[in-house]
Amino acid sequence: MSLLEIRGVSKIFGGLAALTDVSYSVNKGEILGLIGPNGAGKTTLFNVVNGFYPPTKGEVLFKGEKISYLQPYQICKLGIGRTFQVVRPLRRMTALDNVIASAFLRAKNKKEAEDVALETLRFTGLYEDRNFLSKGLPLGKRKKLEITRALATKPEMLLLDESFAGLNPSEQNELIDIIRKVKAKGITIMIIEHHMKVIMALSDQIVVLNYGEKIAEGTPKEIGGNPLVIEAYLGEAESA
Amino acid sequence: MKKSLPIIIILVLLAVLPLVGLSSYMMHILVLVIMYSMIGMAWNLLGGYCGQVSFGHAAYFGVGAYTAGLLYSKLGLSAWWGLPLSIAVVTFFSLVIGFICLRLRGPYFALATLAMGEVFRVVAENLVKFTGGDVGILIRERTWVVKTWYYYIILLLGIGTFFLVKKVIESKLGYYFVSIREDQDAANSLGINTTLYKTIALCLSGSLTGMAGAFYMNYMGYIDPKVVFALHDISIVTIMVVMVGGVATYWGPTIGAIIMVFLAELIRSNPSLGVAHQTLFGILLIFIIIFLPNGIVGDFPKLKRLFKIGRASS
Repeated sequence: MSLLEIRGVSKIFGGLAALTDVSYSVNKGEILGLIGPNGAGKTTLFNVVNGFYPPTKGEVLFKGEKISYLQPYQICKLGIGRTFQVVRPLRRMTALDNVIASAFLRAKNKKEAEDVALETLRFTGLYEDRNFLSKGLPLGKRKKLEITRALATKPEMLLLDESFAGLNPSEQNELIDIIRKVKAKGITIMIIEHHMKVIMALSDQIVVLNYGEKIAEGTPKEIGGNPLVIEAYLGEAESA
Repeated sequence: MKKSLPIIIILVLLAVLPLVGLSSYMMHILVLVIMYSMIGMAWNLLGGYCGQVSFGHAAYFGVGAYTAGLLYSKLGLSAWWGLPLSIAVVTFFSLVIGFICLRLRGPYFALATLAMGEVFRVVAENLVKFTGGDVGILIRERTWVVKTWYYYIILLLGIGTFFLVKKVIESKLGYYFVSIREDQDAANSLGINTTLYKTIALCLSGSLTGMAGAFYMNYMGYIDPKVVFALHDISIVTIMVVMVGGVATYWGPTIGAIIMVFLAELIRSNPSLGVAHQTLFGILLIFIIIFLPNGIVGDFPKLKRLFKIGRASS
């Protein structure tokens, strides 16, 4: 059953088509990897799903209901959490306060919000760092904090925008484990990523964008052997 | 219990202060200190915690003052009714101002509020039939001659504001305000209706400032647009009070108000410095921004270290 359905979405900025007629759906409980070269429109697509941009054409359905043209906070309330490519922690707040602020979305009182926040911090392994100001945390932990914050809103679906960028291999492995744990909780994930190792290890389905168009869709195995994808990433094969 | 002890001591001290027989002038200064710290705390809610820097708080102060004044001059009621009524009136104006200004961000919001403050002054000056224009409003018989009761009333209002702000900031609202200050887009995608919560912050901040204005009408017995809608004497001084004391701290506005009011009186009482008092304020503000960007309360650890080093080397 598809949880999120993207139907013929186009997004045009002035004369530039960032997305052209993109359609696919994300199945419940799966991890969908969204890949493509720089400027392919991956983050734009996230911003459309998340509600920052209204689509120029097409629509986005979540659990069968149309969510395009809603505001980001409304979409978050419906159950889609997101992280940002460039981390945006609430800088002058401690890690714990960051998570409490987002846990308030579903918590009835401060006690409950605090409990949810502490539990989520334990889940992602940031419990020890909870009292540090988030601007002082190293990048790896700030990326984790973003995920923690999104998880504290108790989403049914999580959009991860390059959560692995800039992490060292051991941090990457930690994060892969966390994402697997998130999946095990039944949360559907759509992830943008450049590290092929990560994408191939995590994804159930992969969608490839290039110049704002979907050029391929399939399992990691199918994508790995798709000549169109190889061309988009490595350039045309030399015909000599 | 231990934590609330210093607060109780301060409250008791403030309550007995008028009984030691201070001069009328000294009482006036104290009333001003508390009034400015109340406006500062109100401003802090919007500018300090929610990050929406307003340069137009005179608008709310003036509307509050005129609410009280017009009740007296038009309806013949006691101007004290202005205290509760100003909450409703200022909230209404806050919604209007918020609807216009809150869609702007950062410096654009600040500029829009600056303009709003001036618009209110010009309107009050020109609606002669309604406000009395530049003639202002005069309350012929003031409630009390001595200042003691005024002191207690503003003290009550100030303490109420202090605890209200504390309560708000420690609640969900406070977390949402700070989230909006730190990153509006991130807050939005975390499920925070930023427009709604900014409007709440503005209404709270505005109505508290308005109450201070209504008190001012009763206390001074005379208002005119140039006084209560003043750009520098209200809007800018409010910001300075918070900047000097400490942005987004509970005690900052109070500390700032003490320093600013006493400093203003000191400078003005010196005939050769008096004319330059705004210049001196400007210089003070520059120093605060460079050396104590978080204000006296916010940078207290830094100050303490500075003095310790000074003592060690001497």
